[in-house]
Amino acid sequence: MTEQTIEFSPVMRVSDLNLFYGESQALFGIEMDIPKHQVTALIGPSGCGKSTFLRCLNRMNDLLPIVSINGHISLEDGTDIYEKHQDPIQLRRKIGMIFQKSNPFPKSIYENVVFGLRIAGENRKVVLDAVVEDSLKRAALWDEVKDRLDQSAMGLSGGQMQRLCIARAIAVGPEILLMDEPCSALDPKSTAKIEDLIMELRGKYTIVIVTHNMQQASRVSDYTGFFFEGKLIEFDRTQQIFTNPKNQQTEDYITGRFG
Amino acid sequence: MTIHLQKEIEKLKTMILSMSARVEKGFHDISEAVVHIDAETARRVIKEEQYINDIELEIEEECLKCLALYQPVAIDLRLIVAILKINNELERINDVSVNAAERVLDLAALRPLETPFDIKGMSVKVAQMLSMSLDALINMDPQKAIEVCNLDDEVDDLNRLIFQQVTAEIKRNPEQVGHLLLYASISRYFERIADLASNIAEDVVYLVEGDIVRHQDLEDYDLKGK
Repeated sequence: MTEQTIEFSPVMRVSDLNLFYGESQALFGIEMDIPKHQVTALIGPSGCGKSTFLRCLNRMNDLLPIVSINGHISLEDGTDIYEKHQDPIQLRRKIGMIFQKSNPFPKSIYENVVFGLRIAGENRKVVLDAVVEDSLKRAALWDEVKDRLDQSAMGLSGGQMQRLCIARAIAVGPEILLMDEPCSALDPKSTAKIEDLIMELRGKYTIVIVTHNMQQASRVSDYTGFFFEGKLIEFDRTQQIFTNPKNQQTEDYITGRFG
Repeated sequence: MTIHLQKEIEKLKTMILSMSARVEKGFHDISEAVVHIDAETARRVIKEEQYINDIELEIEEECLKCLALYQPVAIDLRLIVAILKINNELERINDVSVNAAERVLDLAALRPLETPFDIKGMSVKVAQMLSMSLDALINMDPQKAIEVCNLDDEVDDLNRLIFQQVTAEIKRNPEQVGHLLLYASISRYFERIADLASNIAEDVVYLVEGDIVRHQDLEDYDLKGK
């Protein structure tokens, strides 16, 4: 298992996390501290458990009945997100998620952004207007859509839809953003915009991103975790991982010798 | 993609090894030429310079191509960066050998002089450092590379000794100052080649260990044995 020697202020602590799909174990004793206001990339070959791990961080796996989990994931204040009294809905307000395929609702751009707030009972127009502008600006989409906020989100390009989803996630004031291959369906230009955005959001939010694109991991992240066969093989500063990884399996994977 | 990169890397390794063999032979030749004041060998070393310059550019272009096309990481990145740097060090070694060859031509034009300087002993030590640094590169052997760096002080001492001897000789025979200074220059060139061999050795440590070890004492350096 990995030996973590780096020091930082963690926003989440994962300890001895095991996950099973029915009888089959998919994650084995994961130990990872997630650094606050930094970008952490999770890399590894298909089926290595990185997306499964990501989904554990905001209890998305609760939605699958065959999944069972043991171990601990605690927040900065020490509360365990899997404690019985924890409300997963409230948790997901704190820990937002952006998926591989952008999933805007068939509503206007404006209504997409304020969706979470309306569910929480916020209907004051002045508040919603401010959140829409602020979130779209943070998601680097405001200039492109400010004159057509009432138009359907379904008319946006793929890259714009993904940024809208990021704006929607930001609108509810999360602390952590989980991104599951957010650029895999985008062209290089849209990918570059999302990567720029990730770099802009760092410092304000903690971001954990799963990516198959090694160059993307090296470009946007501060820390990188390499998963293989359900285990976290190595976790270190991104520069260290991509110039001089400590583990031979990590080196073989990132240099394309397997996986 | 990775198969193509590995092929390119193998090609680069062959090119740098071929270049290092030529540069090492050039230094061996110039060492002999200094001892025997052999103008013909010195001219041959000078003539070789263009070839080494051409191959240096070729290797650099290949390295840049690999970086741009394959965006290598980890050991592949360190290898290409190390080759880029070693390529440059080798070209510099050859340049300095050419400088020494030019001094041999100057010496050949003068009446032979009895000198107390142990240029031969110094050249043997420098040749040993160069050979060990290139062996360390070929065998990816950081231990040997560290030994090279630790030998550099001995060559510095020899250079200092020759400089003192040249100064003393100039005082005794001031009319031969120009002649004697040629030996001081050659000693300085050999000392410079030892420095460049140390740089190659440091690049080998970086390549294998991933640590940048320039500007530090390597006597207590711990190999990770990765």
